[in-house]
Amino acid sequence: MVSRRLPATSDRIVPGAEDTLRIDLDGTPVDGLRGQTIAGVLLGSGVLAWRRTSGSGNPRGVFCGIGVCFDCIVTVNGQRDVRACQRRATDGDRIETQHDALPEPTADHDPNRDRA
Amino acid sequence: MSARQREVVVVGAGPAGLQAALAARALGAAVTLLDASDELGGQYWRHLPASRPSEAEASLHHGFERFVSMRAALDADDGCTVIIEAQAWAADVDRDTASDHGSDVGSGATGLRLHVLVGPPDGSDRASLTLRPDALVLATGAHDRTLPFPGWDLPGVFSAGAAQALAKGERVAVGRRVVVAGAGPFLLPVAASLTATGSRVLGVYEATTAGGLARGWLPKPWQLLGVTGKAGELLGYVGGHLRHRIPYRVGHAVVAAHGTDRVERVTIAAVDADWSPIPGTERSVEADAVCVSHGFTPRLELPVAVGCALTDARFVQVDAEQRTSVPTVFAAGEITGIGGVDAALAEGAIAGHAAAGGLPGASGIRSAVSRRDTFLSFADRLERAHGIRAGWSDWLDDDTTICRCEEVDYGSLRATAAATCATGLRSLKLSTRAGLGICQGRMCGRTVEELLHRTVSESGGNGLIDGVSSDRRPIVSPLRIGELAVHAQGPPPQEPPSTPTAEHPG
Repeated sequence: MVSRRLPATSDRIVPGAEDTLRIDLDGTPVDGLRGQTIAGVLLGSGVLAWRRTSGSGNPRGVFCGIGVCFDCIVTVNGQRDVRACQRRATDGDRIETQHDALPEPTADHDPNRDRA
Repeated sequence: MSARQREVVVVGAGPAGLQAALAARALGAAVTLLDASDELGGQYWRHLPASRPSEAEASLHHGFERFVSMRAALDADDGCTVIIEAQAWAADVDRDTASDHGSDVGSGATGLRLHVLVGPPDGSDRASLTLRPDALVLATGAHDRTLPFPGWDLPGVFSAGAAQALAKGERVAVGRRVVVAGAGPFLLPVAASLTATGSRVLGVYEATTAGGLARGWLPKPWQLLGVTGKAGELLGYVGGHLRHRIPYRVGHAVVAAHGTDRVERVTIAAVDADWSPIPGTERSVEADAVCVSHGFTPRLELPVAVGCALTDARFVQVDAEQRTSVPTVFAAGEITGIGGVDAALAEGAIAGHAAAGGLPGASGIRSAVSRRDTFLSFADRLERAHGIRAGWSDWLDDDTTICRCEEVDYGSLRATAAATCATGLRSLKLSTRAGLGICQGRMCGRTVEELLHRTVSESGGNGLIDGVSSDRRPIVSPLRIGELAVHAQGPPPQEPPSTPTAEHPG
């Protein structure tokens, strides 16, 4: 684990009153605190990447962290394309990672068929 | 003139927007302050949510007490409606309404319309709101601009702003061994935040050479950070902290990040005054995170949508009153130039005052005008010292990703541009697909423009000539088709919407 949430006990600003929550990432439970974003919960538990890109299938997670790059989008309780860095996590959230693969050409829909 | 209370809408609750709201209230205007986040303060005063209170949080910030008191004043003021989780997604000027009623009379006479969705970010059933203010203050801020380099699309590469937001807003450290790189004095507070969140910052690498800093600014940027008041004291501490514990190297850049599914190490090289890497100076550093920002891109969607003119440097053009080229629209903060918090606060005060109908020479804003003028040169000096230099593209390889969303690499970008002989950004975006992905070119737009302009120029042309800009996005923020449909059927235009009904506690 490299990215992590600083435990309150070793934080010089000592944030108080930490209510824990648990979300589900593709079937795996991940623990965080109320008030954290989904991205914060995931990074705080050492999860660095969750989306796969459409073209190459490469892993992506947070990049800009302020809602501009859309690299961190996830499906939240069935709702697609939610920026994980912007949406606060709520206890019990079901998070599904997204990999919107480009459609493979089929026999019926192959743009190059006539040229083959 | 009607005795009706003037209605001012402020978009963005960072330093400039908060100060604008207060200034407009001081003149008795009815103020609506919108922010997309559920916390005020913007990126500068990004803080822990109310559910994780800390008495010592101010120590992570500069001027946090000022933020707390501004927030408290607005919260306690019935004349200011604060709407959080409010995403402005479109703005326009209804010319018919504006011309029917002349100027400066009843509600909506300016023709300004701001379309807003209120609810959880990227939700599906947010409340739709259309505001028709007498004056609009735009204080939408800026986001980091990160230049591409090989491996910058690996997990573990963050914008410096991301590291800052996670550290301040969640106490999450993006890595254990972290490299901070890019350009500008704002890298220093990021390094300080990372350190305060338990990361080991291996070094801060500033691309600008010592000569460039000396010519444009000062050889030691922490001195520049220490120029004013209490913020200066804190920043002086930060400077001391960094100087003693974290190597600060000028004339160096992260030129590549390496790893399979995540960053494992980075290559750092010395660069010349043009930011071109100097061969033979590369060295490899093991790191699990790298935070990189080379400057800022103003968030121009709303100003462009309502027709505000931009400067040559592509910020919102404003006059001495912070008035844009659209007379009822004012702008303050980083969208008018990267000038730092003091400039943003002063500009906000002036913009809010003018938006509420205040006179330019009024005593209430004299000190803000003087402070703004003191900091007016800041943006120029910053740009002169730390501005992006053309040699950076020498660290690109043909297979370096330029557009992160559509995964367009440098080689394809240039090959397609050369093959089509196109000279228009619009057609080149369509043929290369660069800038057409889910971020709508927010990350790569200006970089793609710069690289295409050069490629087209190198093949004997005059560069991009269609005058199209990647700053133009009619839909300010993506919304779902269902929400758009509800909005289209939604409230009839005669409804009095300037006083929002959906109130949220600020």
